[in-house]
Amino acid sequence: MKVLVTVKEVAEPDDDFAIEGTDIAASDLEYDLNEWDDYAVEAAVKLAEAGIADEVVAVTIGPERAEETIRMALAKGADRAVRVWDDAFEAGFPDVAAKVTTFEAVVEAEDPDLVLGGVQAADTGFGATGVALAERIGFEHAAVVNDLEVDAGAGVAHVHRELEGGVEELTDVDLPAVLTVQTGLNEPRYASLRGIRQAQRKEIDGTDLADLGLSADDVESALEITSMYEPESESDAEIIEGDAAEAAGRLAEVLREKGVGA
Amino acid sequence: MADVLVVSEHRRGELRDVSYEAITAGRELADARGGDLHVAAIGGDVDAFAKDLNRDGVDAVHAVADGEEFDHNVYQSAVGALLDATDAGAVVIPNSVNGLDYAPAVAEEHELPLVTDAVGFEYGDGLTVTREMYGSKVETTVDVDGDRFLLTVRGGEWAPAEGVGDATVEPVEVDHPESGARVTGFEEVGAGDVDIADADVLVSVGRGIEDEENLELVEELADALGATLSASRPIVDNGWLPKNRQVGQSGKVVTPDVYIAIGISGAVQHVAGMKGSDAIVAINTDPNAPIFDIADYGIVGDLFDVVPELIDEFA
Repeated sequence: MKVLVTVKEVAEPDDDFAIEGTDIAASDLEYDLNEWDDYAVEAAVKLAEAGIADEVVAVTIGPERAEETIRMALAKGADRAVRVWDDAFEAGFPDVAAKVTTFEAVVEAEDPDLVLGGVQAADTGFGATGVALAERIGFEHAAVVNDLEVDAGAGVAHVHRELEGGVEELTDVDLPAVLTVQTGLNEPRYASLRGIRQAQRKEIDGTDLADLGLSADDVESALEITSMYEPESESDAEIIEGDAAEAAGRLAEVLREKGVGA
Repeated sequence: MADVLVVSEHRRGELRDVSYEAITAGRELADARGGDLHVAAIGGDVDAFAKDLNRDGVDAVHAVADGEEFDHNVYQSAVGALLDATDAGAVVIPNSVNGLDYAPAVAEEHELPLVTDAVGFEYGDGLTVTREMYGSKVETTVDVDGDRFLLTVRGGEWAPAEGVGDATVEPVEVDHPESGARVTGFEEVGAGDVDIADADVLVSVGRGIEDEENLELVEELADALGATLSASRPIVDNGWLPKNRQVGQSGKVVTPDVYIAIGISGAVQHVAGMKGSDAIVAINTDPNAPIFDIADYGIVGDLFDVVPELIDEFA
């Protein structure tokens, strides 16, 4: 069985950041593997270690900088990687359909039995690509999976979907399928030194839209970010000033007034 | 094309609140577009749901009696059928776990531009959605090309629709493929030794605690205050505390007299679980952390400096 893992390099703003135009200034952003995707990578590698998956391929849409991120997936145990980038993505804000079109072409080339990806990306937070991809490529799907057991013989994934309010839905999903992975599904490993060394020798296949038989028109976005701003603080909190001892002293007064510690 | 279709959501026999909030959002949109508001009730006791969903401003309720609980194939097929049968060009769906299990597929199948997790919108020449990015640190406005689209709306951002409307109720039958995803049951998680929802005072710990062994510090504070220890999601994901200690959308909703958030930034999923607390205290190094937006008292500082002092105060 072949597992495709979609990963994204996400940007996280520093505590202090400036907004330039419709995005945060590049100098105030740090880049990392999306937290949710880290759990998806771990799930895929575990399937390989259990002898269920023969091959784990990581795929990302991202600029050259994202090679560092996708190499993290390789260091953790993915066999090889595909990175798609094109000038067409630089121009604007790719919508879900544009990403799905790109991943669809990769799925056609790779022919996986299972696609895993994070529930959402930490930066844009759309939470939609996996389920939309499943629809496009004719796979079954389940969103927000926090427990996974694959029965390859029966062609079924037994999953839990994490609903709101401490309730989980138990679902059997026929393969091939796309599953979007919630944090807490497993314990993502740290890459070992050996893994990091091995990752240097693993193949990252860099492709653009033309390589995939696509053009810029195929990934035209219906969405445009027209402004970005810091929301006005609605805070009416009493901010307690002073050093730690003074602040703790004042807070203790407040808490005692409310009957705490009595 | 001007009409708007809202899809309601229910679980185990109850409509979820966000259904009524989505109706409010849908009505605003229908007014701006000069169209009617359709609401779909899919699965479960649709006759009872249809009565409840017939609130002020709803023009038609479509009742799809098919199955008991959520099934994404049924929902996707039903929305498709209603897009064909009505004049709706705009669809509004709750941005919930189940909403995200079928809304993207609907958008994909019907080539509707998709914007998820809206916290607001304006409709003039077209739709401009307000949504957050970068973990609630910024808001953005997003313009949508064209007048057909699918919007998912965040819970708690629109007031629930009230009153009784004069909607027609129309039963709808829908053909759908046999489901390749079969629900076999539900499981309550988070049972255990303690129910944090019963506590009067909660000391709640988040990512800022950095390391499992540092938990002793907040345990000591909870003891000193006679409080119960709870946590935000990352602490439970790491396995440092059991699931029954988790506050938030996927954990417990708590409303203690005093909630003390330590090293918790205040992501929207966390806030959904504790914003009803009588008094909220936040200790965090980041003055821009969203937790301060809902706090009554805040200390901008390092928890490793402040918490030991606070323990001393109550020792």
